[in-house]
Amino acid sequence: MFQILKKESLAPQFKRYVIAAPEIARKHRAGQFVLVMLHEHGERIPLTIAGSDKEAGTITLVVQEVGKTTMEMGLMEEGDCLYAVVGPLGTPTHVERWGTVVCVGGGAGIAPLLPIAKAMKEAGNRVLSILGGRSRDLVILREEMAALSEEMWITTDDGSLGRKGLVTHALADVLASERPDYVVAVGPAVMMKAAAEMTRPLAIPTLCSLNTIMVDGTGMCGGCRVLVGGQPKFVCVDGPEFDAHQVDFDLLIKRLRTYLPQEQLAKQRFLESHQCVALEAAGGRV
Amino acid sequence: MTGLPELPKKERTKIPRHHIPEQPPEVRIRNFQEVALGYTPQMAMEEAQRCLQCPDHPCVQGCPVQIDIPTFVDLVRQGEFAKAVAKIKEANTLPAICGRVCPQEDQCEALCVLGKKFSPVGIGYLERFVADYERQSGTVRMPEVPPWSGHKVAVIGSGPAGLTCAADLARLGHKVTIFEALHKPGGVLLYGIPEFRLPKAIVEYEVENLKKMGVEIRTNFVVGKTATVEELFWEYGYDAVFFGTGAGLPSFLGIPGEELIGVLSANEFLTRVNLMKGYAFPDYDTPVPVGRRVAVIGAGNVAMDCLRCAKRLGAEEVMCIYRRTRAESPARIEELQRAEEEGIDFRWLSAPLEIYGNADGFVTGMKIQRMELGEPDASGRRRPVPIPGSEYEIAVDMVIVAIGQSPNPLATRVTPGLQLDRHGCIIVDPETQMSSIPGVFAGGDIVTGAATVILAMGAGKKAAQGIHEWLAKLDRGEVS
Ligand SMILES: Cc1cc2nc3c(=O)[nH]c(=O)nc-3n(C[C@H](O)[C@H](O)[C@H](O)COP(=O)(O)OP(=O)(O)OC[C@H]3O[C@@H](n4cnc5c(N)ncnc54)[C@H](O)[C@@H]3O)c2cc1C
Ligand SMILES: Cc1cc2nc3c(=O)[nH]c(=O)nc-3n(C[C@H](O)[C@H](O)[C@H](O)COP(=O)(O)OP(=O)(O)OC[C@H]3O[C@@H](n4cnc5c(N)ncnc54)[C@H](O)[C@@H]3O)c2cc1C
Ligand code: SF4
Ligand code: SF4
Ligand code: FES
Repeated sequence: MFQILKKESLAPQFKRYVIAAPEIARKHRAGQFVLVMLHEHGERIPLTIAGSDKEAGTITLVVQEVGKTTMEMGLMEEGDCLYAVVGPLGTPTHVERWGTVVCVGGGAGIAPLLPIAKAMKEAGNRVLSILGGRSRDLVILREEMAALSEEMWITTDDGSLGRKGLVTHALADVLASERPDYVVAVGPAVMMKAAAEMTRPLAIPTLCSLNTIMVDGTGMCGGCRVLVGGQPKFVCVDGPEFDAHQVDFDLLIKRLRTYLPQEQLAKQRFLESHQCVALEAAGGRV
Repeated sequence: MTGLPELPKKERTKIPRHHIPEQPPEVRIRNFQEVALGYTPQMAMEEAQRCLQCPDHPCVQGCPVQIDIPTFVDLVRQGEFAKAVAKIKEANTLPAICGRVCPQEDQCEALCVLGKKFSPVGIGYLERFVADYERQSGTVRMPEVPPWSGHKVAVIGSGPAGLTCAADLARLGHKVTIFEALHKPGGVLLYGIPEFRLPKAIVEYEVENLKKMGVEIRTNFVVGKTATVEELFWEYGYDAVFFGTGAGLPSFLGIPGEELIGVLSANEFLTRVNLMKGYAFPDYDTPVPVGRRVAVIGAGNVAMDCLRCAKRLGAEEVMCIYRRTRAESPARIEELQRAEEEGIDFRWLSAPLEIYGNADGFVTGMKIQRMELGEPDASGRRRPVPIPGSEYEIAVDMVIVAIGQSPNPLATRVTPGLQLDRHGCIIVDPETQMSSIPGVFAGGDIVTGAATVILAMGAGKKAAQGIHEWLAKLDRGEVS
């Protein structure tokens, strides 16, 4: 069950997995995610379905190694099986023919952005893309995104690829030269917040995808709750996508820090018991 | 086992009720092992000796599944433990579980004649004793499974309703698949009720028995997401569907500050602790937050479990905040007493008004309103009314909201034609448990709202019968 059929490295600390999950592949629509558990002692972590192949019965996950679970997943090999994969969860992206859609992706957010951009394109939209990362290698899925986009801009923090700066700088340029009909922003909460503040005065509808901590992913625990328009919403069932102008990002950013000490402890213990990964983390080697 | 003699009625009433041995409070608050240790065979037989064998056996009326209590109790007295379990299992497939978690004091034992002047027969303790005895001695007899009827039934949810329904259907010769959203079967028995009240090995054991009867269990399958009910019929080829999806949606209070870090629903807290084994972090990967000063809001069974888990996780002070009094608490009296012994600080007649936090968004305190009891409300309980000017503040760093659960609409919402009441519960025919959609049945908390294990099992049993009859009609071409 849930065998890893293919594993490849996309960039330092970014891996792409193709997983056998025919029932999930069959039902998957853009914007949905799965919860993954590596083994019986594992944590349930949410990962966006970056793509699916109904005929082959597979789903694709793109994972950034940030802590214990994602790093441990990086040690799994082709042929290994994941203990649990549940989904597809969440409400699919509301796709319409808006006209011009700007897709903004930062860091690991590019993975969830890809299926949304694809669906937007398929619905007849003109897709413009802005991708950003810390450095050249970390701007993942460039080819896949370029294939969908009429125009694409890249920003890096260190200027190693595209423009030096943040995705929001590039977004400002686009907004200065034309008025898109719709903006999709997926990435770190601070990035989505900044994008939302730029489109708010222009009243351009803006969609974001929230990455809260989750447990069950089915609306049972409420751990994923956020405030949207002042109302509590469960990201796993009501989202993960919301109107970015309504989301209380400051609260989200705080809530993401809930388990910081435990996350650090788990990561440290893991790194100590896996020297190879420690080297990798330190040297950025894959 | 050599049994004990039948005593004259008078003698029987002289034997005091055997209390069940327990871990002492100061020991048990440091572990997650079961609190109640169970009767020895001798104790069980002596307790059974007390039963008056009343011809009209009122106790049976108190049991929602009508176990033949006097007969099984008398078999215990005779030392015929295997026969006693067999007797119970005619009506109740999960005695090791019910013996532990049934609110006996409101059900079978409430009506026991001995309870009027003395104390009632320890029916629940005896039930768990014989079930444990059977399991530990490895003498469990698997029920005969008849040849396949040709029908396939999908059971959604693996709580007590789903497990019972599946067992009965398998015994009637139908092929059953249980679809469970979580990675392990058991429902609330697994993720909600803690290890120290119901060891998970018992739930796992019962699930293994089901599998031996040929029931297939598909975990990680969320009906409504992985497949809809329509697809279960038309693409997966099931002939009937049973909804046993429970009442898993947490309620929040709607007071200011509820979004702060450190405010958790009871479901989240208990799931992290029980299902994900957060108490063993970091050997298990899921962390569970433990405050130093924890407030649990509510005083039902769920609240008791949260209070006692928080205590075991090392919280220094654990408070129960409830707007009525001890007398109105819906928790099982035995568990309430145990919580008291464990040093829980009960704040009766207290309602939370607001939760405070610091600049980083972490909980720091709570404002509480003192209440008094006024006129009885619609439920017949005296309504708590605020005492003006009595507000006070307490310092807490964790708040657990345990004020109830309602049905999760995930699967019902995407099942067109399924009639729900205004609480989101599935409306069923009480005779057959069939919903407004022919061939779709339901039972347990998804029908009644949050209730009890035994009621869910009773409903699962009734539904199995309803499904069986419906499948027979299908065979005769009377329905399609
Ligand atoms: C709906 C949804 C879809 C997601 N899709 C993807 C995806 O496609 N690819 C992917 O790589 N990640 C995705 N994430 C984030 C992913 O779930 C987390 O990175 C993962 O849970 C981290 O687990 P860990 O044990 O490795 O690290 P942890 O020990 O849990 O965390 C390590 C550090 O990572 C950061 N972190 C933790 N949780 C998150 C989070 N939810 N989002 C952002 N940063 C976090 C924190 O700074 C933390 O200190 C998604 C999250 C959600 C809610
Ligand atoms: C903490 C706690 C303590 C309790 N203590 C007691 C007690 O001491 N005594 C007592 O009698 N009762 C107690 N109860 C109540 C009792 O547990 C419930 O009434 C009973 O479990 C209901 O059984 P059920 O089968 O209807 O649902 P549940 O036990 O809730 O099981 C439902 C199952 O369905 C699954 N599910 C839901 N939706 C889907 C879907 N769409 N697809 C697939 N699977 C799905 C869920 O994951 C779950 O496993 C307690 C409840 C809680 C929460
Ligand atoms: S099932 Fe529950 S109510 Fe019935 S006899 Fe057993 S303990 Fe009592
Ligand atoms: S009412 Fe009490 S004494 Fe009478 S048969 Fe039932 S258990 Fe025995
Ligand atoms: S993850 Fe539990 S309710 Fe959303």
